[in-house]
Amino acid sequence: MITIEQRAEFRKHFRYNIGRRLIVDKIIKITVLGCVALAVVPLASIMYEVFTNGVAALSVDFLTQVPGAVGSDEIGGIGPAIQGTLALIGLSCLIGVPIGILGGIFLSEYGNNKYGRTVRFFNDVLAEFPTIVIGVFTFVIIVITIGSFSVWAGSFALSIIMLPIIMRTTEESLKLVPVTYREAGYALGIKRSVVVTRIVLTAAKSGLVTGIMLAVARISGETAPLIFTILGSSQFMTGLDGPIDALPLRIWRLSSLPYDSAQTQGWGAAFILIMMIFAINIGVRYVFLRKRGTSMLKFKMFGGVR
Amino acid sequence: MMETMKTPVANVSSVDKGRYKLVAENIIASYDDIVAVKNISMKFKDKAVTALIGPSGCGKTTFLRCLNRMHELTKNAKVTGKVLLDGEDLYSNAVDPIINRRKIGMVFQKPNPFPTMSIYDNVAAGLKLNGINKKNVIDEIVEGCLKMVYLWDEVKNDLKKPGMSLSGGQQQRLCIARALAIQPEVLLMDEPASALDPIATQKIEEMITELKKEYAIIIVTHNMQQATRVSDYTGFMYLGDLVEFGETKQIFENPRNEITAKYVQGQFG
Repeated sequence: MITIEQRAEFRKHFRYNIGRRLIVDKIIKITVLGCVALAVVPLASIMYEVFTNGVAALSVDFLTQVPGAVGSDEIGGIGPAIQGTLALIGLSCLIGVPIGILGGIFLSEYGNNKYGRTVRFFNDVLAEFPTIVIGVFTFVIIVITIGSFSVWAGSFALSIIMLPIIMRTTEESLKLVPVTYREAGYALGIKRSVVVTRIVLTAAKSGLVTGIMLAVARISGETAPLIFTILGSSQFMTGLDGPIDALPLRIWRLSSLPYDSAQTQGWGAAFILIMMIFAINIGVRYVFLRKRGTSMLKFKMFGGVR
Repeated sequence: MMETMKTPVANVSSVDKGRYKLVAENIIASYDDIVAVKNISMKFKDKAVTALIGPSGCGKTTFLRCLNRMHELTKNAKVTGKVLLDGEDLYSNAVDPIINRRKIGMVFQKPNPFPTMSIYDNVAAGLKLNGINKKNVIDEIVEGCLKMVYLWDEVKNDLKKPGMSLSGGQQQRLCIARALAIQPEVLLMDEPASALDPIATQKIEEMITELKKEYAIIIVTHNMQQATRVSDYTGFMYLGDLVEFGETKQIFENPRNEITAKYVQGQFG
């Protein structure tokens, strides 16, 4: 037993160092705020730089017209690039999201074995693959086989880049769903597949959406694999089997031209790309997570606050 | 101490009359290599409440989870023995365990309504996700089950609200309604009131008393007063063994085993 005298002695230890603890607390607070500022400054300055340099190019024509001839007075627009990027994102998601989510379900729910570990390992390797290699790979197996650059090839390459991101974030968010919900489902005599798809998956929805948005943001900015797959074009898309343009490609081309007007357009295109990713992100979150405005709170409640 | 441990498993004679709904035979359950339940046989009467009491870690919950084959879902868990529901062995694998889980409802220690579902959908989950689509049938069952747990009047205007928006005691009654909705024949309750305040606890206990008119109820509890209030039969478990099993009155007033006596008198636990 601790005696009263001892307890008084113990208390002193806490009381003597109050001043020091408060100072340490301040130092840590300032350090943390400093780090936040350090992280926000580059972001803000990039946004500022992109906007101020590109704002001059922004107009309705810029968004809707095809690019003008290089060096000519008709500066044209980036219409095909916007269309191409949207088509690529849409088609890549169509391929990448279902496979990624199903793969994530496998890893989280059925992957606690040799096969799961193998898949997880190679998936992680794939996530770190240089994307240009994926571009060359797609060039060899799709572009050469079909005989032309195409939207299909571009989407295939981009969906391979999406896959590991979606698979891992899906796995992690499914694992965050507490076992009590699965047990509640099993106790109702619900089949395992139904428990996973109707209970666990919906409980993990906000994590899933975050993962998909991360992947979309990632592929929207990819340039290297597109050079080998969609080539680039200055015309609007005529079908999924021909070459098209995409924003990152267009930014790259415009910025390497030696004309001021082209450079300004490059900045403008970069601004549009950033805004597009931003809009898609907010839009998707609004559509899928709107009823759960308190989703963060609910994730905390998984931890058992109640 | 060891001598008393070896006394025959139960003085079954006092509970050997009437119809048995659920019979557990020689249940041995383990996690990894730790044996949590050491060869327990027990018979549960229909339309009666059987309480399982005992100190923490004595295997009550594990044993309860063996009764609807939930234990084996835990990683590295193993079970041997038989559980007969109306004479049919759950462990024979003649029927898929999920079919039997539909006959044996379970309520957990912590309220666990499905987080993304409304109050209505929580109760309807076991029906909808098991392929029942008739809206009028589901409506009827949801209303009936919420009435059985005395929650209907509190939530009838808020059925669309998330199940998570209810208080802890309401959530637990919601979970009981959800368990009842699949029309089970047996109800397993794992310390259903341990996370609740006295008023919510009282409501749950009143409900158990009402429900026993229709169901065989098996309840694990830490609270001995609760066992005396709600149960007809009580089993005392200690270190993975069923030390004594009999009518609740006898277990608490006239225990035949020394350890049971010490436990019910509050000398350890």
